[in-house]
Amino acid sequence: MIHARDVHKRFAAVEVLRGVSLDVGKGEVVAIIGPSGSGKSTFLRCLNHLETINRGRIDIAGETLVSAGKDAVCRYAPEADIRRICRRMGMVFQHFNLFPHLTVLQNIIEAPITVKGLRRAEIVPVAEGLLRKVGLLDKQASYPSRLSGGQKQRVAIARALAMDPDIMLFDEPTSALDPELTGEVLRTIRELAEEHMTMLVVTHEMAFAREVASRVVFMDGGEIIEARPARELFSSPEHARTRAFLENML
Amino acid sequence: MSYVIEIMGPLLEGTGVTLQVFLLTFVLAVPLGLGLALIRISGFAVLGGLVNGYIWLMRGTPLMLQMLFIYFALPFVPVIGVRLPDFPAAIVAFVLNYAAYFAEIFRAGIQSIDRGQYEGARVLGLSYAQTMRRIVLPQVLKRILPPMSNETITLVKDTSLIYVLAMNDLLRAARGIVQRDFTTTPFIVAAAFYLLMTLVLTLGFQRLERKYAVYDG
Repeated sequence: MIHARDVHKRFAAVEVLRGVSLDVGKGEVVAIIGPSGSGKSTFLRCLNHLETINRGRIDIAGETLVSAGKDAVCRYAPEADIRRICRRMGMVFQHFNLFPHLTVLQNIIEAPITVKGLRRAEIVPVAEGLLRKVGLLDKQASYPSRLSGGQKQRVAIARALAMDPDIMLFDEPTSALDPELTGEVLRTIRELAEEHMTMLVVTHEMAFAREVASRVVFMDGGEIIEARPARELFSSPEHARTRAFLENML
Repeated sequence: MSYVIEIMGPLLEGTGVTLQVFLLTFVLAVPLGLGLALIRISGFAVLGGLVNGYIWLMRGTPLMLQMLFIYFALPFVPVIGVRLPDFPAAIVAFVLNYAAYFAEIFRAGIQSIDRGQYEGARVLGLSYAQTMRRIVLPQVLKRILPPMSNETITLVKDTSLIYVLAMNDLLRAARGIVQRDFTTTPFIVAAAFYLLMTLVLTLGFQRLERKYAVYDG
């Protein structure tokens, strides 16, 4: 579903990604771990065009988002194609990014109506089903400011799912939450994994990565140091840097 | 009291002129100001620079001078020179001037919206125009109510400047009677009229603020 090759990204003089390649298959759950500043969030943001890359190639569900030209300059698809391709991915942010002026239900149905042109009557039952799934049906008329962090994040997940994506990207979904609230969000993500949603999760929750991810990618210094099945990576990391990081975390 | 009723006629006529200038300016300057703000934040350097220059010109010179220029000097300007009657000249000057102030209020409001809102909208597939219309501007509206209320109340009082084009607004009508009857009562009545108009606006803006208080942020 995701096919990234030799992705390079520079912010001014700092090279944040130095040739990252990753393949994620259908139904796979891949966790990306690594120290702060290792480029894991940036990589995720490059996949759905929140950041543009300087070099490399990205294909999403068989369509080319950006390809490397002959002269090492990468070429993006036309704007309309980019939007269509990126719509196949839902994204959940560290800081939720819910729309504060809309109720929970309105947050969820906004994009399906505005972007997909669905009628209210078509999408409201879907939205209610999603809210039931994340356990927040009773909050549908509340404004986001009335919700706890964990509830906000679950609404954000429902909002992304309402667009019926093929892939879900999670950018540190529990990092802004109080520790006692991370569980409810992780439980929701775990349920998605059980439904075989293709997911890429940037996280600091090692236990979660070990338990839910089929594969864990360790990034450091803008590179993928190792990418292996979760149990293998955690029980016998091959690289010294991975080992050092894991020892620090556990 | 009978004197107050006697002078009510001309003062009400003046109030009519004042209200016309106020309403026309408000209705035209707000969308123009929004347009200018959107151009300024659009990232087109040349257009943004032009808007900057425009705002500098409009805020940097007196409104009265702008009005006098449009009425007396514009007819002699090559190409764009046009002779406007007094009322349209006043409206053009007021709209051009107030749009500059409204533009700055809108710009500040738009720029106060967190970048995460744009990203949240973008990953859901909303275009820039949809993001502005559905996500950003509704939130901006709430945030700019206090400065808008300020500027709108100032506009009510600024309308008295049109006396320089010999138009009979509320204040000029009152002054006319003062000079004719040698009494300051008309000034007090005029003050009461201004207070009434600004009270209505204040209450209206308070109501809007209450309406938007249903959500935080």
